[in-house]
Amino acid sequence: MNKSIWAALLLLGVLAPYVVYPVFMMKLLCFALFAMAFNLLLGYTGLLSFGHAAFFGGASYITGHLVKNSGLTPELGILGGTLFAALLGYLVGSLAIRRQGIYFAMVTLALAQIVYFLALKLPFTGGEDGLQGIPRGLLFGLIDLNRVYLVGGRPLGLNLYYFVFAVFCLGFWVVHRTIHSPFGQVLKAIRENEPRAISLGYKVDRFKLMAFVISSAIAGLAGATKSLVFQLASLTDVSWHTSGEVVLMTLLGGVGTVLGPLVGAFTVVSLQSELSSVGSWITVIIGGIFVVCVLLFRRGFVGELARLLKRTL
Amino acid sequence: MELSFQTVLSQVMLGLNNGVFYAILSLGLAVIFGLLNIVNFVHGALYMLGAYVALLGYTMLGPLLGKPDFHLNYWVALIVAPLVVGLLGIGVERTMLRRLRKFDHLYGLLLTFGLALIIQGVFTNYFNVSGDAYDGKPESLEGAVNLGFMLFPKYRLWVIGISLLVCFATWFVIERTKLGSYLRAGTENPELVKAFGVNVPLMITLTYGYGAALAAFAGVLAAPIYSVSPVMGSEMIITVFAVVVIGGMGSIMGSIITGLLLGMVEGFTKVVYAPASSTVIFLIMVVVLLVKPTGLFGKES
Repeated sequence: MNKSIWAALLLLGVLAPYVVYPVFMMKLLCFALFAMAFNLLLGYTGLLSFGHAAFFGGASYITGHLVKNSGLTPELGILGGTLFAALLGYLVGSLAIRRQGIYFAMVTLALAQIVYFLALKLPFTGGEDGLQGIPRGLLFGLIDLNRVYLVGGRPLGLNLYYFVFAVFCLGFWVVHRTIHSPFGQVLKAIRENEPRAISLGYKVDRFKLMAFVISSAIAGLAGATKSLVFQLASLTDVSWHTSGEVVLMTLLGGVGTVLGPLVGAFTVVSLQSELSSVGSWITVIIGGIFVVCVLLFRRGFVGELARLLKRTL
Repeated sequence: MELSFQTVLSQVMLGLNNGVFYAILSLGLAVIFGLLNIVNFVHGALYMLGAYVALLGYTMLGPLLGKPDFHLNYWVALIVAPLVVGLLGIGVERTMLRRLRKFDHLYGLLLTFGLALIIQGVFTNYFNVSGDAYDGKPESLEGAVNLGFMLFPKYRLWVIGISLLVCFATWFVIERTKLGSYLRAGTENPELVKAFGVNVPLMITLTYGYGAALAAFAGVLAAPIYSVSPVMGSEMIITVFAVVVIGGMGSIMGSIITGLLLGMVEGFTKVVYAPASSTVIFLIMVVVLLVKPTGLFGKES
């Protein structure tokens, strides 16, 4: 993709908190990263995981626990959450890749449900209430993430915002490098024609598992960061609704496109904040978008646009 | 802890009661999967709809018609709910699922997931998430029967009996009759069956409708036992997915037996180690994936 597009996006990310409500932006960045991690699996490896909330929410709980109860600094807390998600991804992935296609989706959904039960029952998770009041603390023990700056009379939590933006860029870079590496090419080969990839001598299961672990680690990174932004790890984060939401974001933006998850996350997160007054009708609206999207534009916004422009986005 | 034979047996009987629901629902999933090749995520929501048809027929239909004393009879609901939901299923298949047949099977899963969200969302808006009790249980099914080792509620015994009957009737039709042979042939090679003059698209529509009706039937049966709530379906469907992974969707009898067995195992776990009873089915799924990844009754692909 064009260098100028990247520069424009980067500039947008840097300037955004002065224009848009920073908490909205941070939520968007976390979910966009989550959707990108998911897209690495569905879009580039052809695996539909219906249990990605387990990694997102699981990491969120672990980070919250490490920061709140063990007094770790935020970056170590996030690291811990991410490593946990990677480990969990290894366990779930090695089981799930034993089945293909539709069964893969069902296995991941069912395994994620075990994580949901654990989040409900384990002593440190706070049960139905979740883990509340997670402190943001001092980044590297130096930078206060709670610090607010007055810009044009508006108080802005810029330290936290730029930290989240940096995490997002790191995650984006990892996903991008993975897709465009020789490893990523093999993943695409598996997506297009698995038997042929096997006959070419690739150990397909290892590639799938590796992709699964990277994807769950990045999903965990997103969830861990989210727990610091909202100072909360809740059952919603590990529920199947969240797993479904990330599928929708990716699908709506465009499966297998670089910018799709970003656009999809933007659409869904904006909808949620715009329509927060309608209460639980939001579930109906999300479901409706799912149906329309599957029936009418399976390529998603970015995918359809790319088709019109006849180039990859 | 001292385990008396009687406590174990009575919990296993109650487990069997859950097991028949797993059996009916996973049977419906298997029948739909066989012909349409999609995993019907909306199955749980259809089950919930069935329960609500019974509940609302009992509580709201009368006042709505201007006759406050009218309550939709349980036995009538047992016929009407599957019909209503079955027709809804037919509508869904005709207007939506049919368009997806050319595409990846995963789109069917995603579409039905969206439908499940819509149905569940609508009911969450109008009804209590913690659930409402259904009071329409017929008097003839009140009370308990002495089974020798325990007093078992008559209603639950009826549920087990009628569910087994419906399951085995479905198995019989599919595996032992001419109509069933068309269905099985349609699963193997739809093009060839079409060439023999069988109306395959109609067969597919009716199969989906039947699967939906089965789910609603289970919902009506469940209404007097569990509280009727908007989330009853989504809680059920995830467990049923695990059941289906364990049994494999390739065999009708396989999904019935797996459903019944897992219900009993769940009941047994309740006596041995109660906290594990909500996850035991998922843990069994893990073991099955490790030992026999294709599922207990699955064929090698």
